[in-house]
Amino acid sequence: MGSPPIIEVSSLFHSYGETEAVRGVSFFVREGEIFSLLGPNGAGKSTVINVLITLLPLQKGNVTIAGYDLARDPAHVRRSIGIVFQEVTLDRDMTCREILEFHGRLYQMPAAERKARIEELLALVELRGKADTLTRHLSGGMKRRLEIARGLMTRPRILFLDEPTIGLDPQTRRRMWDYIRAVNREGTTIFLTTHYMDEADSLSDRISIMDHGTIVTTGTGWELKNRLGEDLIYLETSDNARARDVLGGVPDVGELREKSHGIVAMVKKDGTFLLPVLIERLISEGIRVHAVNLKKPSLDDVFVHYTGRELRDEGQGRGPLQGGPAGVRPG
Amino acid sequence: MRQWTGFLTIYWRDMLRFFRFKTLLVSSLVQPALWLAFFGIAMSANFARLSSGMAPLPGIREVGYLTFMAAGVIALTTLFTSLFGGIVILFDKNWGLMREVMASPLPRGHVIVGIGLSGMTKSFIQVSIITAFGILIGVEFFSGNTPVQVLVSLLGMFLFVGIFSLGFVFLSSAIAASLESPEGLQGIMTLLSLPLFFVSNALYPAAVFPPALSALSAANPLTHLINGVRYFTIGPDFQVIGVHYALSVQDVALSLGVLAVFTAAMFGIALWRFGKAVVT
Ligand SMILES: Nc1ncnc2c1ncn2[C@@H]1O[C@H](COP(=O)(O)OP(=O)(O)OP(=O)(O)O)[C@@H](O)[C@H]1O
Ligand SMILES: [Mg+2]
Repeated sequence: MGSPPIIEVSSLFHSYGETEAVRGVSFFVREGEIFSLLGPNGAGKSTVINVLITLLPLQKGNVTIAGYDLARDPAHVRRSIGIVFQEVTLDRDMTCREILEFHGRLYQMPAAERKARIEELLALVELRGKADTLTRHLSGGMKRRLEIARGLMTRPRILFLDEPTIGLDPQTRRRMWDYIRAVNREGTTIFLTTHYMDEADSLSDRISIMDHGTIVTTGTGWELKNRLGEDLIYLETSDNARARDVLGGVPDVGELREKSHGIVAMVKKDGTFLLPVLIERLISEGIRVHAVNLKKPSLDDVFVHYTGRELRDEGQGRGPLQGGPAGVRPG
Repeated sequence: MRQWTGFLTIYWRDMLRFFRFKTLLVSSLVQPALWLAFFGIAMSANFARLSSGMAPLPGIREVGYLTFMAAGVIALTTLFTSLFGGIVILFDKNWGLMREVMASPLPRGHVIVGIGLSGMTKSFIQVSIITAFGILIGVEFFSGNTPVQVLVSLLGMFLFVGIFSLGFVFLSSAIAASLESPEGLQGIMTLLSLPLFFVSNALYPAAVFPPALSALSAANPLTHLINGVRYFTIGPDFQVIGVHYALSVQDVALSLGVLAVFTAAMFGIALWRFGKAVVT
């Protein structure tokens, strides 16, 4: 777990007038890792990214990127990073090659280096055949790939990606992940934001979950899931309230949550063996069990646990465990 | 770091986009020429009839209205093209294209200079076409000049057009940087350009203005551009439809000075507005 942090953010605040979009965020990103900021719409992810990439002023907090202090030395920060914005920011009237050429010139790359790098990147994102096509004629996935190529043009130490796969079909998303992994393998640190659980889970080394302008928890995907316990057990009984009290007395049962039809227990032991014990205990107390379900915690469950909301339909105040751990009501 | 050439990148992209779409390009070049042709020829005929009874002032070179107006068309075309020259900033901002530039190490002043130069180039192209086309349909520019004099006159005219054009592209860049969306843009541009246009001597002599308007006209950059353009294309001393025009070297130098101050001020304003703009 050794490499030193390449991004360090402490107590970052940002507001738009009255709206406090970011309310005291601290995290770090290690050199060479893929780091995700996971959160629902409006969590403040883009605001964080826009402050880090110098598009928004640093209102309050300390940020160090690639060894440079953001407040004192934004010019060096700019030279150390590549950016893929949330919305497509390609000029429709320019060709792929011109887009990259413009970017290289913007960063004062020497002509020969520019030329070589453009060919290299067009090959990497498999757009060689489209080099002289206007970007208005590219598909959504191609545009995204071109933007990644552009972000990499100057060989940045860190690549920032704001929702890199938003609006892409599942297949294209997977290919984007492959590109991102390939870039990371070459040594580029990746900072990405997403509201897709699977994206954060399958890509990142570490994840911070963000909600309402704050980071609610940080860790590897594995750590985050393990914090909820070994397994999640869902039970529907004849008396959920009493069942909760009974289960609360079992040593290996951690946190308990009541759902609309049942209860979820986060257990610290292998649920396969614990579940029969729990059922026996309930029956001995005269509580009948109607339905059960058992599963490993997913990132969705982690999200619900820390925010009390499901990511997919935010604001509903309902978790995916509502009808059972798998999201499907048993029986 | 060769940082000082950064504006060339912005200039390069804007020119690339300008030359890419031939229909837009051709229409922007043909339009002023057509205006000169139809409006100029029609008005010349009118003025010729009106002034047919008047005796020309003795001893002063007489030029046709078409010639007089051609200088005005050059000035107006420069005004309108330049006023819209900075609008690309607003569209780039709205389409998110400005983010790439704003997050890059390029200083913001370079964006303004790059856009300014590309607006100036567009004006130069248009002015060249109007001049060439005008001469073709009978505009008496540079009459009696030796080739060297013609060259000097052209340089003088382009100097005026260039400085004026930069000033107005800077002004429109400042507006574009301040606006959130293109709504209202048309209104602002009309509000700006119409008074400039009417309180100038572009199409009719300022001598016939009441004193208050005359003063305004003297403060109008367009008037100074027209002075310069007429001085270099027609000459220092001439009459048209019975009105006498005389410009001394001092007058022209003053006009150039006014334009230079105006353009410097507009650059300052553009820099200030652009520095304030937050682009996300
Ligand atoms: N320019 C702005 N002016 C005012 N409020 C803003 C602005 N940009 C964002 N906000 C507000 O700040 C909050 C955070 O927005 P932000 O775009 O950072 O969220 P996000 O996590 O990136 O969401 P999304 O997934 O939708 O991109 C939201 O409440 C949003 O309405
Ligand atoms: Mg966002």
